Amino acid sequence: MRHWIEKQRYIIDFTLSSLLRRKVKNIGLLALYTLIVFILASTMFFTYSIKKEASLILKDSPEIVVQKIVAGRHDLFPISYIDTIKKIRGVASVESRLWGYYYDSLVGANYTLLTPPRNGSFTDTGKSTAKTTVIDNESTDSSKPLFELNGAVLEPGTLIIGNGIARLRAIGTGDYMPFLAFDGNVLNFKITGVLSSQSELVSSDLMLITGEDFRKLFGIDNSYVTDVTVIVNNPEEIAMVASKIKKRLPQARPIIRDEILRTYDSVFNWRGGMMIVIFSAAVLAFVIFAWDKASGLSAGERREIGILKAVGWETSDVIQMKFWEGAIISLTAFFTGVILAYIHVFFTGSIVFEPALKGWSSLYPNFKLTPFVNLEQLTTLFFLTVVPYTVATIVPIWRAATIDPDSAMRFTGE
Amino acid sequence: MRNSSLFFLYITSGIVLLSLLLVHASVSESARQVNLEEKAALVKILKLTDLCLFTEARYTRHLSQADLNTAFQDHPLSLEHFPSGSFTQPPERTSERP
Amino acid sequence: MIELVNVKKVFNAGNPSEFSALNSVNLLIEENQVTVLKGPSGSGKTTLLSIVGCMSRPSAGRVKLQGREITSLPERFLTDIRRKTFGFIFQQPNLIKGISVLDNVMLPAYPLGEKRVHLKDKAMKGLAALNIANKAASKVEWLSGGEAQRASIVRALINDPYIIIADEPTAHLDTKLSYRFMEIIETFKAEGKTVIITSHDPLVYDSSMVDRVVNLRDGQIEV
Repeated sequence: MRHWIEKQRYIIDFTLSSLLRRKVKNIGLLALYTLIVFILASTMFFTYSIKKEASLILKDSPEIVVQKIVAGRHDLFPISYIDTIKKIRGVASVESRLWGYYYDSLVGANYTLLTPPRNGSFTDTGKSTAKTTVIDNESTDSSKPLFELNGAVLEPGTLIIGNGIARLRAIGTGDYMPFLAFDGNVLNFKITGVLSSQSELVSSDLMLITGEDFRKLFGIDNSYVTDVTVIVNNPEEIAMVASKIKKRLPQARPIIRDEILRTYDSVFNWRGGMMIVIFSAAVLAFVIFAWDKASGLSAGERREIGILKAVGWETSDVIQMKFWEGAIISLTAFFTGVILAYIHVFFTGSIVFEPALKGWSSLYPNFKLTPFVNLEQLTTLFFLTVVPYTVATIVPIWRAATIDPDSAMRFTGE
Repeated sequence: MRNSSLFFLYITSGIVLLSLLLVHASVSESARQVNLEEKAALVKILKLTDLCLFTEARYTRHLSQADLNTAFQDHPLSLEHFPSGSFTQPPERTSERP
Repeated sequence: MIELVNVKKVFNAGNPSEFSALNSVNLLIEENQVTVLKGPSGSGKTTLLSIVGCMSRPSAGRVKLQGREITSLPERFLTDIRRKTFGFIFQQPNLIKGISVLDNVMLPAYPLGEKRVHLKDKAMKGLAALNIANKAASKVEWLSGGEAQRASIVRALINDPYIIIADEPTAHLDTKLSYRFMEIIETFKAEGKTVIITSHDPLVYDSSMVDRVVNLRDGQIEV
């Protein structure tokens, strides 16, 4: 056993010397290989984390959201529909939502304006719709204030904005921000609070506004809301209630929580356009590598093997040497690539991917992903990169390693 | 130092570093529970339905709320022109409801 | 010691370019002697040497080493025997470029997995014996012709073989170095080793320490 270990060490010594002899070529190879692993691993880490985070964060999203669709587009929701929905058996409560988009031409960004749902509004079944969760002293007070953030109250004329907006417009609590209303008037709102940077993943572009201000800004009549959320008595009956809503209100489109969650399951799916480009490019580059390795030995390499055989190395020794040649490069590339990928995604916020992810949006959330790592994916990556490359390095050796040592005797000149 | 020793050293430190990072991952998970809960609470209180990932347009900002016809945007021949479109797919529809 | 019985070697059998390098060779090489295989080029010297040294197999006939038949041994056993029994000195030093002299010299012993400390020690002693210990760490490209030849000799000896085989060893050496080489051969003989050399250099086959000269012509031994 000791002999075997010592023998492997010798072979690795020799293989490393061999590799270092052609420094430029081999370092280039290693760098490229590492890059491929880096991109694949980064993509894996990023997409898995976001999906996991989405599934955890959105688990309490509304059970059913009902929109009204006119001519294929999301239209305003008449409040008269609310009674129809409330009458359906299984419905616990219905709440209206006021939300929409505002385009800020100054910075070319879209904001999501949202009126926080008032605790207890529009419900008449006696069930409360929101728990009071005390985090950062945010709580929905059951009395007058619609929304309160760290003691700052959302009143008419004020806004609570997301951290992304604060960053983009370089504004904060106490500042004023003008808006162009539907009728051409300019409305000035005062910023009373900024949502935390920790919550940017869900709140970066949010602007919390009172209901009256929302309607003043967008010119929406009191008889309309944007859409409604429905809470059912029995969570198992969500789908059934949704189908009943559809039947009674033909123009209504219910979206159930399950669909919301599944949307995020398939985001960044490897079948998506850009993902498939990344994967294909990486796989292709890899195949080219492995092919180059597998396609044969140079004359110099052949001569060297001849010498090794002549001084007493067996075919199996030569094959072991070639195995280590492939393994050294692939193991080094794998560990370097994965470690760099981890640092890239979880410590630097995926800066390499940022341009692609940011796309054309001006407002991009500053988020640090929670490190969720899928060991299974990591293991798969290992077997898909290290093993094929190592095997590809050994393949051309079968023939060369069986060179008759005799031929080494016949080398009478270089 | 022998070449092979250098190599073993490198691989060992690689394994150690990777293990440390994986430990970091599991430790962070628990440390970030508070953070995750804050976001989840905000989602619950404000009745949010989507992550704020792509703010280019309404149907990229609210992926789960997007119109059924979004794939064609305003016109059936209108092709996707945001990079975000190449990451996301139309939400899976449940099977036909009675 | 080494016995060849009716050995034939044919290259490219079945092809139009088929030719017979050795025809029915019968040879007995004695222990602790210096035997020279002499003949013009094309006479089959190298082929014969290669078969004697277990580097290739005959097309027909039998080869015996110390009375033991080795003609049809599997490659693994043959290599093992070769590694332990023979030390080869080629015409060209055939050192591996880009690695040090010391590494080159230790190379044949790697598959045996001996402890590095011992191996290095042996190697350094061998280099010292041939006065090139100071070149141990140098890359082989920096050696002169004679130094390279000596390095390849040290390499040939690393596994303590008792039969030394040299193929035209003085072909690329000047007179002075050739004499030096023959002196080294003498020390081998004094150590009890057996030496087999192929050469068409009179300096070699006319040397006083040569015990026997075998004449080869057209693949056969001339009596």
